[in-house]
Amino acid sequence: MLQKRASLLNEIRRFFAHRDVLEVETPVVSSSANPDAAIDPMQSGFRLPGSHRPEPIYLQTSPEFSMKRLLAAGSGSIFQICHAFRNGECGRLHNPEFTLLEWYRIDYDHFQLMDEVDALLMQLLPGCAAAQRLRYADLFLIHAGLNLFTATDAQLQERAEAAGVVIPESVQSEWLVEILFELCVGPWLQQQQGVIVYDFPAAQASLSQLSALDPRVAERFEYFFEGVELANGFHELTDSGEQRRRFGAENLKRQRAGDEQLPLDEHFLQALEHGLPDCSGVALGVDRLLMLRCGVEHIREVLAFPFERA
Amino acid sequence: MATYNTNEFRSGLKFILDNDPYSIIENEFVKPGKGQAFSRVKIRNLKTGRVIEKTFKSGESVEAADVLETTLQYLYNDGEFWHFMDPQSFEQYAASEAAVADAIKWIKEQDDCNVTLWNGNPLIVEAPNFVTLRITDTDPGLKGDTSGGGGKPATLETGAVIRVPLFVQIDEVVKVDTRSGEYVSRA
Repeated sequence: MLQKRASLLNEIRRFFAHRDVLEVETPVVSSSANPDAAIDPMQSGFRLPGSHRPEPIYLQTSPEFSMKRLLAAGSGSIFQICHAFRNGECGRLHNPEFTLLEWYRIDYDHFQLMDEVDALLMQLLPGCAAAQRLRYADLFLIHAGLNLFTATDAQLQERAEAAGVVIPESVQSEWLVEILFELCVGPWLQQQQGVIVYDFPAAQASLSQLSALDPRVAERFEYFFEGVELANGFHELTDSGEQRRRFGAENLKRQRAGDEQLPLDEHFLQALEHGLPDCSGVALGVDRLLMLRCGVEHIREVLAFPFERA
Repeated sequence: MATYNTNEFRSGLKFILDNDPYSIIENEFVKPGKGQAFSRVKIRNLKTGRVIEKTFKSGESVEAADVLETTLQYLYNDGEFWHFMDPQSFEQYAASEAAVADAIKWIKEQDDCNVTLWNGNPLIVEAPNFVTLRITDTDPGLKGDTSGGGGKPATLETGAVIRVPLFVQIDEVVKVDTRSGEYVSRA
């Protein structure tokens, strides 16, 4: 397994070297964190020399902000293979510390980046063909039987109950959409090889631009292989005002859920103000890719030391 | 009221859902990269035995089921209920036909059974894995046949019918595996 991992990393580096994408390294710890309410960072403390009071620091949940700072500073297209850390995530497809491949392409829209993801995976996964490309709303209509844009909360709730969801007291339509996608579209995705889902609902835009043609959807895509969520990509949001507003909204969600608000990455916001070039970026789970390459069922089988024994 | 958070979900955990007790068979943590986490569980209804799948939002709580597994001695059947006793406290419990279910076929007075109690009432009675029972009826075997191949039906003292080798006769005591309902040996 160690050899298989090493050869996978080599192949990835060769792929980007051929395409003149620069490999970079950025800090893993920071005094700020991504406030995304669905992602929980791990926290540690740092003491300055001589000080006894540690200041909170956070392990990166992805290298996104640092890499965008490099892009804003004129790095050109870049990639990175690094470890990312997410609290509260442990299971068949999750290790709290995992390996991400993240890359950014200047002047690419998300469709051009999808082409590149396809090219990479066709090279790395034996027998993998170009992925089918389908819109989120179309899949939702086919498999959940509901129109994403017009379904009422009551309809979503009824459909979710029929699918065996125990509806929580404070239910949000956003959560129902996510879970219905997983429960209704997930089984179909498991029967397919590569599928790229694009035009995510605007509520799940995360750090992507909203579509200029249809503001109900975001220029975000995900790559699934046999149902495994392998990569998540964006036509990146470059508007610093909108970025600050979304961060605020996420911190508000955290507050409502009783979680602590997180310090915003002001360096990143400044970089956006200075100007992030038009670009698209994608993050790909290297451990999951290795699982698919080796045909194993649990992420622990591709790690030298899984979290329980780390 | 004791509760369990979804992060405590593991196989064997017992909780109440829609007023029925359930036991978790399988729990899978599901988390889209940019989405909210949830738990997909396969659970068994302890009253009906039916297995269903449910999905919970991560961080939600469920009511713990006051379910206890213990060993009770079978005393007698009064026609409606099967009565059991705790050999330590001498406390008696009455189990319904639904609770004893298949165990009826295998247990006789004074047998020790695993009993699942829910709020102090027998929910599931399990026969011991192996029981020794007397044969009350079976056809006489062919003389000289000791191979055991083929076999023949035999009625046990509890009324259950199993297949036994041809050499086994009426009034003999045999060992039976209650999980498969198969003859093991002469006892």
